Amino acid sequence: MTTTVVTPLSAISLAEGAPVIEAASADGVFSLLWLIIALPALGAAILLLGGRRTDAWGHLLGVATVAGSFALSLLAFLALLGRDAEDRSVGQTLYSWIEAGPFTVDLALLYDPLSALFLLLITGVGGIIHVYSIGYMEHDARRRRFFGYLNLFVAAMLVLVLADNYLVLFLGWEGVGLASYLLIGFWQHKPSAAAAAKKAFVVNRVGDIGMALGVMLAFATFGTVGFAEISAVAGEASDGVLTALGLLFLLAAAGKSAQVPLQSWLLDAMEGPTPVSALIHAATMVTAGVYLVVRSNFIYEAAPVAQTAVVIVGAVTLLWGAIIGTAKDDIKKALAGSTMSQIGYMMLAAGLGVAGYAFAIFHLLTHGFFKANMFLGAGSVMHAMDDDVDMRHYGALQKMLPVTFLTFAMGYLAIIGFPGFSGFWSKDKIIEAAFGENLVVGLAALLGAGITAFYMTRLMLMTFFGEKRWSEDVHPHESPKVMTVPLIVLAALSVLGGAMLLGNWVVEWLEPTVGHAEHHELAVSPLVMTLIVTVVVAVGVALAWVLVGKREVPRVAPANVSVFTRAARADLYGDALNEGLFMRPGDRFVGDLTRFDDHGVDGAVNGTAAAFGGMSGVFRRWQNGFVRSYALSLLAGAVLLLAVLLAVNLA
Amino acid sequence: MSFPWLTVLMAVPLLGAVLVALLPKRPDGALPKQVAFAFSLVTLLLAALVGFGYDARAGMQLTEEYTWIAAFGAHYALGLDGIGLTLVLLTAILVPVVILASWNDGDGGRWSTNSFFAWMLALEGLALGVFMATDVFLFYVLFEATLIPIYFLIGGFGGARRSYAAMKFLLYSLLGGLLMLASVIGLYVVSADSEFGPTYLLSELTQIEMDQNVGRWLFLGFFIAFAIKAPMFPVHTWLPDAAAAGTPGTSVLLVSILDKIGTFGMIRFGLGLFPEAAQWATPVVLVLAVFSVLYGALLAIGQNSIPRLIAYTSVSHFGFIVLGIFVLNSAGQVGSTLYMFNHGLSTAALFLVTGFLIRRRGSALISDYGGVEKVAPVLAGIFLVAGLSSLSLPGLSPFVSEFLVLVGAFTYNWWYAVFAVLGIVLAALYILLMYQRTMTGPTVPAVAPMRDLGLREVSALAPLLVLIVLLGFYPKPLTTIIEPAVQETLQQVGVSDPAPDVPATAGSGEHEENDQ
Repeated sequence: MTTTVVTPLSAISLAEGAPVIEAASADGVFSLLWLIIALPALGAAILLLGGRRTDAWGHLLGVATVAGSFALSLLAFLALLGRDAEDRSVGQTLYSWIEAGPFTVDLALLYDPLSALFLLLITGVGGIIHVYSIGYMEHDARRRRFFGYLNLFVAAMLVLVLADNYLVLFLGWEGVGLASYLLIGFWQHKPSAAAAAKKAFVVNRVGDIGMALGVMLAFATFGTVGFAEISAVAGEASDGVLTALGLLFLLAAAGKSAQVPLQSWLLDAMEGPTPVSALIHAATMVTAGVYLVVRSNFIYEAAPVAQTAVVIVGAVTLLWGAIIGTAKDDIKKALAGSTMSQIGYMMLAAGLGVAGYAFAIFHLLTHGFFKANMFLGAGSVMHAMDDDVDMRHYGALQKMLPVTFLTFAMGYLAIIGFPGFSGFWSKDKIIEAAFGENLVVGLAALLGAGITAFYMTRLMLMTFFGEKRWSEDVHPHESPKVMTVPLIVLAALSVLGGAMLLGNWVVEWLEPTVGHAEHHELAVSPLVMTLIVTVVVAVGVALAWVLVGKREVPRVAPANVSVFTRAARADLYGDALNEGLFMRPGDRFVGDLTRFDDHGVDGAVNGTAAAFGGMSGVFRRWQNGFVRSYALSLLAGAVLLLAVLLAVNLA
Repeated sequence: MSFPWLTVLMAVPLLGAVLVALLPKRPDGALPKQVAFAFSLVTLLLAALVGFGYDARAGMQLTEEYTWIAAFGAHYALGLDGIGLTLVLLTAILVPVVILASWNDGDGGRWSTNSFFAWMLALEGLALGVFMATDVFLFYVLFEATLIPIYFLIGGFGGARRSYAAMKFLLYSLLGGLLMLASVIGLYVVSADSEFGPTYLLSELTQIEMDQNVGRWLFLGFFIAFAIKAPMFPVHTWLPDAAAAGTPGTSVLLVSILDKIGTFGMIRFGLGLFPEAAQWATPVVLVLAVFSVLYGALLAIGQNSIPRLIAYTSVSHFGFIVLGIFVLNSAGQVGSTLYMFNHGLSTAALFLVTGFLIRRRGSALISDYGGVEKVAPVLAGIFLVAGLSSLSLPGLSPFVSEFLVLVGAFTYNWWYAVFAVLGIVLAALYILLMYQRTMTGPTVPAVAPMRDLGLREVSALAPLLVLIVLLGFYPKPLTTIIEPAVQETLQQVGVSDPAPDVPATAGSGEHEENDQ
């Protein structure tokens, strides 16, 4: 039997800030935690090393391993549900990973209310997307490899959210980065896909600087990188260290979650097959930054400056992504802009501290449902349109693709926050909390909701309504069952996801991890707040109807547009900025340096060699073989010697 | 007297070299290759036995000691500590891999196939000797002797600029050797005046109190020789030429094994004999090390030749190794020693797999490739894993060592870590750019008929990849043997690990309570 002793210390810290993590050792179903990771990892190993022998059944194995993990996650979740709130932290140490003097790190897992929800999201939505991929990738000769990579991703993502210390988290963090790299570049014969994959990896590595330095600083300060150990003493570190830790982890989070200023890779990442966009670049991996901030609550609670930075990054990104979303004609890129923006909401909420952690995670979950739903829906549309992604070539698809349309519509209503749908509950809470913190931040969140309504309505109208604009040789057809059933499941979750807030369940569930929030008193009542949000959303929808729905959509994007549209189409010049600031000067610098090495450093060496060569040429002339010149030099030497002797003696 | 394990370990490959050289020289004869391979496997077996028998807590062991030249105080003295054993194992693992991978690379050289493999075995024996020598004079002799086989390997079996490259390598190394010789002679003078009389035994030299200035000068002689060997900026330019001219196997022996003598020497002789001088030199050395990390990485990005690119990545990696050695704490030094091993594996995999690629296409230039993944997926996959290990992806063994070095640097002075960590972004660039340009995109016509890797080639690379993954998740077999040796070095230098500001202990106590 294991029981966790609640010490007075933890009771105090529960009231004051971030709770101290105290994990009981794993027993019962929890002793199988490692297996949740091992199943997809094994799947990946078999599929990637097995070669063509596994082609025939590879996709089935891929689905089975994730389904197995989901079943285990569900069992573990139910077991956790059965425990008292203060006992819902379970640790499992697998083995000692690194030991070097004082630096010791265990490969250890932590299962608590926060990781429990992530497990369900990753294996649940992940499993659904695996099933969908059977149909989506059916005609791809490398489908088995695709499933191998997907399994690798799931395993790495599970490591990330089950880690009980920062270094194991980093292992998962880079693992998902690798899977993302492999999957964005899955069709690597396309130069654009290969370039996008590399870009994603490199930009993420910039974020990793923050991750790596953060782990080092944590070790140098606390002598450990474990969550539990640090959470117990975090408050005792100096303000400077805590702020630095918070900012470093924010840098890491910005890279992984495509937050400004490391946002540029996400739109390019849409080069990957659509299920990848749904799983990795919408529902799970890109939310890892939010997870990192919430998981590090014991640091952020003591670092208000870093928290403010998180809020600012979130607020800027939620507008940035939304604005990009308004101008894209590529359906996947419009959705990617939207993803950036929604993660901005989560980041903002996470930056609000105890008042926002639970809502950040709540929105993360509902977003996981409705965004995965819409990405897969977009995949279904592309499937119907011969892989065309330009919405200007769509139109009037609602009759041709009834299931896709209906399920997509559920996702649409959820994301704009239509009353009753899941996004309504989760986004509303974030906007409310934002107003509780600061008026400007609240207004940004509110404005974001309006823009979201606009771009999503525009996307709906251009894709499913209006005149048909497809060319003659395209024959839209509904996708097979293996693709539409996952859509239906995700649509149901998009509608019903808000149920997690019933009786304040999700907030109370997360309380042992993130702490208890005092209620903010808003200037207006929550009901009025909700009304205001709904009105702003309605305005956004109406605006889209007037500007897009009532007009003819040209098949080619008009070039003569306002400076704002142009900026939004160019991703607000994020790429141009990177290019001008880093890539081109960097290229030039590397070129100069290469020349310096060839001619400067190596030149000096070869120059010395040449000088020696020249010198020996000179010396050689003295060895000319004439006895008389030797005799002369002998005489000169003797005279010199005599002179020196005389000089010494006389002195 | 116990069995002379280390002498046998060194003698087997040397004997093999003589035997292979004496075998009848027939064109296309497989016999010399098979014999060489067999000898390298026996050496591996012996090294494995030594490794299994090694007691991590017993310090220097399996020692042998005979007076060699009494007048100098020179001894034939061998012994192994954890750091030496790590490099002995690396050498013993890599040589059979290299022989298998270079099966056909010795044909058509300036000299016979026999000599190609004989020189390889000779190099193995001498390198093993270097890592086991516990007498400075013996070390010096072996250190210089390793130049002979590698000179002939580069100059006899390399590419177009092999003569230039071999000569450049030799001159650089001789210059370093000369400086070291001066210091070795200086050590004689110092020891002759001491209570031990003239001696070159490490165990005695470490006990001699040295005059501060003398110690610093002697340290410099050793350090410069080792810095050239490693190589560090600005004495690195011989390496890209040598790597580009040599066969892939030669490059592996050179970069993965021989260059480690430099960083190994820094620990054993630089820190071991001259602790005061080493601390005195630390600020300059650390700046040079960080500079090498960034400089090597930036130059790697700028290369169009694959072997030159890999050579520059090694300049960067050796910067990390030196950084970890001179931050003088256990995380850094365990990291550095582990780094030597992991870098050996990862660079070997990279040189060999690109060697296979280059041999197929007949060009070393990145711009001559494109879309190889489509025609040779196995080659591309192995290339990617090798590349990812070179950029220290977590889960692969180089990550553990690189991160330890960075942690060590951070706890010493966080500025060094802040600059060195930029190397991880640059590493992603040089590896992924190379991968993107050669493996992805449309398949260029010249690449289209390329075969994928054959059984021999995959078998040669597989052990490296397996080790890279295994040690990435479970580095303990190596850290267990390395750590006590590092603690001993740190004790000699007289430093200890810094304590954390806010030590956290609360959580761990809770664990124990619950485990009951």
